[in-house]
Amino acid sequence: MTDTADTTVSRRDLLCTIAGCAAAASVAGCSEPTHTDFFRHHLHELTPEQLKAMLADLEQEFSAKYGKDVTVAMTEARPGVSFAYALDLSRCIGCRRCVHACVKENNQSREPAVQWIRVLEMDKEKGIDLHHANAYYEAETVPRPGHFYMPVACQHCRNAPCVKSCPVGATWQEPDGIVAIDYDWCIGCRCCMASCPYGARHFNWAEPELPAEELNPKTHYLGNRPRPKGVVEKCTWCIHRTREGLYPACVEVCPVGARKFGDLNDPASEIRYVLENKRVFVLKSELNTRPRFYYFYGV
Amino acid sequence: MRNHSLPRWLAAFALAALPLAGCDAHDHEEDFPSSIGAPPVEAASPQGIHVPPPPFSDGVFPCSDCHDPEMLLPNPRRRKLEMAHQEIELKHDAEHRWCLDCHDAANRDQLHLAGGELVPFEESYRLCGQCHGDKYRDWRAGVHGRRTGKWDGDKEYLLCVHCHNSHAPHFAPIAPMPAPKRPVRTP
Repeated sequence: MTDTADTTVSRRDLLCTIAGCAAAASVAGCSEPTHTDFFRHHLHELTPEQLKAMLADLEQEFSAKYGKDVTVAMTEARPGVSFAYALDLSRCIGCRRCVHACVKENNQSREPAVQWIRVLEMDKEKGIDLHHANAYYEAETVPRPGHFYMPVACQHCRNAPCVKSCPVGATWQEPDGIVAIDYDWCIGCRCCMASCPYGARHFNWAEPELPAEELNPKTHYLGNRPRPKGVVEKCTWCIHRTREGLYPACVEVCPVGARKFGDLNDPASEIRYVLENKRVFVLKSELNTRPRFYYFYGV
Repeated sequence: MRNHSLPRWLAAFALAALPLAGCDAHDHEEDFPSSIGAPPVEAASPQGIHVPPPPFSDGVFPCSDCHDPEMLLPNPRRRKLEMAHQEIELKHDAEHRWCLDCHDAANRDQLHLAGGELVPFEESYRLCGQCHGDKYRDWRAGVHGRRTGKWDGDKEYLLCVHCHNSHAPHFAPIAPMPAPKRPVRTP
């Protein structure tokens, strides 16, 4: 880098000045303080102090906006943990409980509606054929005779096309396998959406509408914190829950127990039992994306 | 870079070696309790599997309130029930099954296994597991049925009968939640 100590200092001075002005303005009621810091470094280059200050700014901003205490955690990946997910296609009944639990847990925009999970209905006669899959099925009760259901969300690929196609490094794979997005670094170019073969990424075309009473105040910086307009988002395996040892919300809500989650490095985990004992496949294996999301047949 | 930690042999094993799965290490009873850790708040059974209380219909338990051997002699004859429990429609291999195959005639507050061993309702999974051994094995491993709690610690189990009506065990269809809106294509 060509930055000299002088320019660095002057940048810091500039930022301090801007922050000071913003604080003064907010006290005066002229404008709201903003966490968006155009001059900050990439998340991976922040010092612990800078990160802490940034999270505190966000917490303050969200708490003021939604009128309740919002926490923004940056819980790190647990060393030695390698997450994977498995979904039992022989059990799923297509009830969409997971879709709506996910929206509630992860603070997705209600209008325009953003949903990280899509449940595809397919004909048993045709098998898994994405060309005739229908995500918009309506029914009195499910499962409908002659159909089966395949929920699709982010596959958390080991060889993720979205990560490779992001021109600014706003999305990457975490050490525990979760593919994460820094919404404040995303430029909204949607290259990742074009490259994702699973349609798992969603763009905030409008300012996300999230009623304050529906906000889940326990958030993670790389997960369910409220998003701005113009950025891409997707399933994070409930990073704010799973990094605390909890199951993702979709796992807990599934009425038929079709969803399994755990640590591949733990031989006693449910996910290892599935991989060792069931018929397992990954979606679009021919693309060599090497998903961490497995489908299996439990019977 | 990192994150290539899943050995390829594991995936290959999972895909290729599945027919060998009949005799796996998870089949040992003593392996099981260690994987679920300390008990959640619910009732604990002697086997170390922690499940919530059985979902009895209101007021039916203890069964011996009505089935008092001094007041009401057990009638072991297979018949259409007319004095009580008429609402129960047996759709569980009804041709071959009958109340007293599972419910114990002498001790109505318990169930019995095929060999005659009494089991409390809290351990009804042992009874189900006699015929549905493959499901029982998966359930104990946490793979059949819903789990809540922690992926790395305490898990809450459900009894088979929390999801399956033991008299008509087929999982009942339910109403789906709303479909997503179709994207609007503007001309």
